Amino acid sequence: MSASAVIFYIISVAILVPALLAVTSKKIFRSAIWLLFSLTGIAGLYFWLQVEFVAAVQIVVYVGGIVVLIIFSIFLTQQSGKDLPAPARVRTIFAVLAACAGFILTCAVLTGYSGLATRAVIGSGTVGSVGNIGSQLLSTSEHGYVLPFEVISILLLAAMVGCIVIAIQHKPERQ
Amino acid sequence: MTQVPLIHILLLSTALFFIGMYGLLTRRNLITMLMSVELILNSVNINFVAFNRYLYPDRLDGVFFSLFIVAIAAAEAAVAIAIIINLYRNFRSIDVESADEMKY
Repeated sequence: MSASAVIFYIISVAILVPALLAVTSKKIFRSAIWLLFSLTGIAGLYFWLQVEFVAAVQIVVYVGGIVVLIIFSIFLTQQSGKDLPAPARVRTIFAVLAACAGFILTCAVLTGYSGLATRAVIGSGTVGSVGNIGSQLLSTSEHGYVLPFEVISILLLAAMVGCIVIAIQHKPERQ
Repeated sequence: MTQVPLIHILLLSTALFFIGMYGLLTRRNLITMLMSVELILNSVNINFVAFNRYLYPDRLDGVFFSLFIVAIAAAEAAVAIAIIINLYRNFRSIDVESADEMKY
């Protein structure tokens, strides 16, 4: 087993174990911190796949943005020192059964494609460079992505306005 | 990275997806459910990037799809947290069971 493969399996453990702890932890704040570790591990996986731009976006948006937003909302809405109520036993059992059944089914489907012909991966820096990504993202030619880019700009603007409208209501408090 | 077959990355993302699914099914707190949704979206992103790198290494479409998914996830998280904070103002709780005003 080469060093690259060993690094991949270490990264997989660094993604899956914090993810599992994030969905099972009793304290909500710890859950958010485990989520942060898991997302950082995914950024490491993108570095390993040599898509450095996506890894940078993952760190900036998820680790720097969404997790911070989640932590702020935990502080606004929860007493973060208190334990979350444990889920009902029946619900846990059925959730484990559903997740395991789905996982096994998907694995069974996936193993049928284990001989998928993969092409030789060419080195980084040629296709996936930031310059290429930028010019193709904003190109108006046949394989350009300028229309989805503009649509997503409108979506982000609408989301921003929507957040302000939703969160700034000054209704009288419920008695 | 050529020593690791594509199927191992797909198994990793499948495991991550079902971990998120488990969290979504067991948790009853809106913020933790949102965290599970983020895990699920990330597993999808891993698939897009892995397929792009392994099957079409000379193209960039998978990278663009994962970038757009990241942007949509950010917008979704922001709107969801605004809704959660508004719900907390009205119900003093963010448990999904307590938000039953429109139930009957």
